[in-house]
Amino acid sequence: MLKNTKTWFRSGDPWIWLNAGALSISIVMVTGLLILIAARGFGHFWPKPIIEADYVENDGGVIRLVGEIHDEETVPVDRLHGTGIELPAGATHFKRYLVKTGNRDVGGLDFRWVFAHRMQAPREPEALMALERREWGNFYGYLRSIREDGRVVAEGEAAWEALQARLERSEALFREIRRIERGEIGSINYGLERLRLAERKQELAGSVNPKVQADIAEERQRLEATYQGLQAKLAGLYEAINRDSLTAEVMNGRMVEIPLAKVVRAYRPNAMGPFAKVGFYGEKLWEFVSDDPREANTEGGIFPAIFGTVMMVILMSVIVTPFGVLAAVYLREYAKQGPMTRLIRIAVNNLAGVPSIVYGVFGLGFFVYFLGGNIDQLFFPEAAPAPTFGTPGIMWASLTLALLTLPVVIVATEEGLARIPRAIREGSLALGATKLETLWRTVLPMASPAMMTGLILAVARAAGEVAPLMLVGVVKLAPSLPLDDNAPFLHLDRKFMHLGFHIYDVGFQSPNVEAARPLVYATALLLVLVIIALNLAAIAIRNHLREKYRALEH
Amino acid sequence: MNSVMNDMSSTHGFDIASLDRDRRDLDLASEEITLEVKDLNLYYGEKQALNTINMVIPKHRVTAYIGPSGCGKSTLLRCFNRMNDLVDGVRIEGAITLDGKNIYDPATNVADLRRRVGMVFQKPNPFPKSIYENVAYGLRIQGVKHRRVLDEVVEKALRGAALWDEVKDRLQDNALGLSGGQQQRLVIARAIAIEPEVLLLDEPASALDPISTLKIEELIYGLKSQFTIVIVTHNMQQAARVSDYTAFMYMGELIEFGDTDVLFTNPSKKQTEDYITGRYG
Repeated sequence: MLKNTKTWFRSGDPWIWLNAGALSISIVMVTGLLILIAARGFGHFWPKPIIEADYVENDGGVIRLVGEIHDEETVPVDRLHGTGIELPAGATHFKRYLVKTGNRDVGGLDFRWVFAHRMQAPREPEALMALERREWGNFYGYLRSIREDGRVVAEGEAAWEALQARLERSEALFREIRRIERGEIGSINYGLERLRLAERKQELAGSVNPKVQADIAEERQRLEATYQGLQAKLAGLYEAINRDSLTAEVMNGRMVEIPLAKVVRAYRPNAMGPFAKVGFYGEKLWEFVSDDPREANTEGGIFPAIFGTVMMVILMSVIVTPFGVLAAVYLREYAKQGPMTRLIRIAVNNLAGVPSIVYGVFGLGFFVYFLGGNIDQLFFPEAAPAPTFGTPGIMWASLTLALLTLPVVIVATEEGLARIPRAIREGSLALGATKLETLWRTVLPMASPAMMTGLILAVARAAGEVAPLMLVGVVKLAPSLPLDDNAPFLHLDRKFMHLGFHIYDVGFQSPNVEAARPLVYATALLLVLVIIALNLAAIAIRNHLREKYRALEH
Repeated sequence: MNSVMNDMSSTHGFDIASLDRDRRDLDLASEEITLEVKDLNLYYGEKQALNTINMVIPKHRVTAYIGPSGCGKSTLLRCFNRMNDLVDGVRIEGAITLDGKNIYDPATNVADLRRRVGMVFQKPNPFPKSIYENVAYGLRIQGVKHRRVLDEVVEKALRGAALWDEVKDRLQDNALGLSGGQQQRLVIARAIAIEPEVLLLDEPASALDPISTLKIEELIYGLKSQFTIVIVTHNMQQAARVSDYTAFMYMGELIEFGDTDVLFTNPSKKQTEDYITGRYG
């Protein structure tokens, strides 16, 4: 027996099993993680049935309960002793449900835990309607009538048909209002601010030119006039959108009137067939990735966060690649190899191990306050006391992350340069090329796949980083994107939203934890997808370069 | 190596007259001189690799260096275009003149020198670019942008390297797709495209199969009317076949230098005779 074990160990089998085991565990963990966040996150958008049931309250009274079942758990009876809740004798465990009852404006809370055994006659009436609203969260109830300017125009089943048509109208009006407010009035405000700054600049310079002054006044007048025109148009639109309202009955029997302007969409999940559900799901998913957030980020989409993340990573790449490559070229090609270069290399490698929050503190202290503050004093005195670059923004965030990922790019590029065969360099030099020409025409192109490898690692690290960003530019809600149609289009001084921070904010800073929880998973999955997409793009470029510059087999 | 040596020793060297080559009566004293080596010493750190070398390289002739591994023949070759400058810790004393000017003069432009003294390495080292761009590389470095000039030079160089017919239809293909022999002829084309005065060949056929080797040798023979060629080789038959003059080096010293026929048939030094008859190597 002992001998058998010994031979078994000698055969190397246990070693193979150990290796395979380690690999399998890694794979199981990664796929498990992805499946978990995918299931939790994307399940959220599927239309859940709305349950109606008679529920026995603690005091024995029976109420009508309407809502979506969001979660369930089994509680041991011990945990409920002393809570004053009466429980039937004999049972050891109770099932309870987390029900989303919505109607925060009516009932105050939109989630409550209920005991399964006290729910009587649960049913799913087809007429039950869910409303997604611009504020106060979801609404659940029975549609009773549609009103136009206070008059009832449709009742009963006809009201549902009328609701759909009128919702389309109000949605179109809402989009128009938002376009005017965000786009046109936004541009006017931007223009006015620039005029104010131009005027202030002249004032500060002490050389008031009457001609320029007149130009500014004229331009301001023109903008003001446009603004007045838009205001009048907006007033008309607001009147039009406030025309319709609906009346619905909530679970305690009260009638509630809701203006259609506040409704995003209305649906009856219990009446939906599978195809309608799939369509609804796609619509919700699209809204999630393409729309702005609503209600303290617990509803709506996360487009600004996706945009901010991608934009920040791209800016970071644009900064870190030339810097890292130049540094690596000097270190490998020009610097005399000795104790000094070895020391620098050790320092660079260790920079990669510095906790990222330290970079955040450095970014805030050096970039934002020192660099930004001085830039403001030198170039934007007219905006004072409001800071322009002396406040966290996307440029400082990108710079900070560029600093954070610089070691990765330097190390990868250096390795790439070291791998270029000596024969290739000599071949170029022997043709009368100088060292610079050799580097530029032959060595650097051949090392470009290695640079891309460095960039891939940098992107992977930067896109997932949150801690330093909280100090240097990420905010919970950014009013405008860092890229828009107001010249100069790219606004590097603006704050931005970020998926990683969004996860933190929605998950831990949200006023409505239960409503936000699925969004945490969905956002996490999206962050993973964005990082994968950025990486795949970089890998595709690298493979292309590799094929193009594949070196000799030396 | 050993089998070659045994083969040669059994026939006592080889009969140089049987090789198909047109011999002229060569006289080193009457040749025009391109390169002249004067009291050249080279040290790698403390170790001396070349010891007081004195010799001349005649113009438009093929001069071959033979000798056992590590004798310094490649090192000497790399002195002619100052390739040794790239090696850390190399110290060179003495002078090498090209057309009367010392190339180790501090005022020498090294890139310029390497344009005049081209080099082909032991292993083919084409750049990972198209065939066309490989040949045009030297011209592009010199700032030639004119497409027609480039086309002309590329064709001429590829014809000169006997490669044109094989690659004329795929000039834009990656040079790494060529066979080893083709790659070596490509780097020769690359070297002659910038029309150097001297062409240094560092064991150009050692990594190639016999047929490719033969092609390279024919090529060398054809190129000597335009270029002064210096070749380092392990293969004594090759030296005998292609060269007009041969230098035998041993342990960093130049032992014997002279007309190839004389050196192989009637060596004046014992060491040379020992080497070509295969008594050591």
